[in-house]
Amino acid sequence: MLCDNCQERDAVVHVTRVVENAVTQLHLCEKCAAAKGVETTLSVPQHPLGEILQAVQQQAASTGEDALSCRFCGATARDFRATGRLGCPHCYDAMEHSLRELLRRLHGSSRHVGKRYDPPAAHLLEKADTVHDLRDRLRRAVDAEQFELAAELRDRIRVLE
Amino acid sequence: MSGPRPGPGSGPARPALDLSLLPDGGVRWLDASGPHSDIVISTRMRLARNVSGYAFTGRARDGERLRMLAQVRDALTEVPSLQGSLLLTLESMPAVERQLLHERHLVSKELAGLDPQQPVRSGAAVILGESVGLLVNEEDHLRLQALRSGFCVPEAFEAVQRLDAELGGQVPYAFHREFGFLTACPTNAGTGLRASVLIHLPGLVLTKEIGKVLAGLQQMGLTYRGLYGEGSEVVGNFFQLSNQTTLGRSEEELQDLLVRVVRHVIEREEEARRVLVRDAGYIIEDKLWRAYGTLRYARSLTFDEAMNFLSGVRLAVGLKLVTGLSVYTLNKLLIFAQSAHLSYLEGRALTDTETNLARAKYVRQVLTSEGGGVE
Repeated sequence: MLCDNCQERDAVVHVTRVVENAVTQLHLCEKCAAAKGVETTLSVPQHPLGEILQAVQQQAASTGEDALSCRFCGATARDFRATGRLGCPHCYDAMEHSLRELLRRLHGSSRHVGKRYDPPAAHLLEKADTVHDLRDRLRRAVDAEQFELAAELRDRIRVLE
Repeated sequence: MSGPRPGPGSGPARPALDLSLLPDGGVRWLDASGPHSDIVISTRMRLARNVSGYAFTGRARDGERLRMLAQVRDALTEVPSLQGSLLLTLESMPAVERQLLHERHLVSKELAGLDPQQPVRSGAAVILGESVGLLVNEEDHLRLQALRSGFCVPEAFEAVQRLDAELGGQVPYAFHREFGFLTACPTNAGTGLRASVLIHLPGLVLTKEIGKVLAGLQQMGLTYRGLYGEGSEVVGNFFQLSNQTTLGRSEEELQDLLVRVVRHVIEREEEARRVLVRDAGYIIEDKLWRAYGTLRYARSLTFDEAMNFLSGVRLAVGLKLVTGLSVYTLNKLLIFAQSAHLSYLEGRALTDTETNLARAKYVRQVLTSEGGGVE
């Protein structure tokens, strides 16, 4: 097949896209294709979760902090490595060092320079720390066999009750 | 503020979701009134936020998620951006209605519980206001979003920022002195801002320039996805372009970056279209008319076929080969020719074959009544 453009050389690049079975078929020789800047590959979409898991795993391997766990939700560094998801906001403090490194790798920076935020009055914050929440955390601690944390939570529930 | 809609167990003949109850019908962003709406279908600004004192949604128990939802609901009376909004508890809605909301780009696939591996979770809800929405108990406790027609970054950002300020004054967000707004996945930490446009780039795909453009925008710190965001395939030459990182740059910088890069992509697309017409005019014209003809007369259309042919017709309208067909009509076809919408229209569940027949019928009817002619 001859090139649609020069009608001289053989067409080696076949441009077909937009509408499957129905849109353009442009047959070009190498030279005309290059002149039009035609490339033959479409880059593959990225999968953010795959990337972050890879980064997290590299991170864990380099810091050896697998045993770190969050005292609020009981999530461990190992949980994070498996899912790429943290357990609660306190995990950022529990795993601060390795997270700082990871954030730097993911974003090129670990420092927030955007909008600052002041939470509303303190009584709203305290509202969340109820017996219900402590019980949920206790159940999670028991599930994760974190008995030291479980004992502490049980004591706090007793005080509140 | 409307209360939660009744669940499936609340009566034997539960009516289907009444779409007219959605503020704007949930589809104002389709109206093609925004700038560059022939190429940019919509602009979305999303902020990821979490409430302090709770485990993130993935680790929270049912009770915690329900209390989180209750806390947000209590705060809503003080949030002007959401006055007169509608709260939908997704767990009490049948799958087809959840899918309907997803097809309208109002809820994510995850929140809609459409993945059989991860069914809809308790406390999953969406609160819809006028052109703003609030997803509750998605991957993060709160995802605030604003959706606008066309290439409309500043307006969408302003709307979501207003909602953020109002809600953040009532509900305590998890915020860290160094890491900013804290999110379940560290890829969203910092500003929590995902600024994106849904853009149609057939010219760049046809001229094979798209690979270079996508590689270029990734170097600039932007990323791309398919029609439905993360994990979805690029179909019909519709791409979602958004900022890749959320930390280390301010909200304004992230917005500016998107505006700058998208403006450049629009120019490249327009240039590619000029090249196509100049170098392959008759081939393009023939193929686009074939796409139009297929949509006009086909008796069965798969979703991918419909999207691809619509892409061709959209290009034909952009090139002024087809006249009398509005961009709004094309946008409407993009959304209403999806399976849950077709089921809704037909008033019953459809098999795959029936869906393809119904899709072809719907597209034919719209094209017959809303035009498109030969120049």
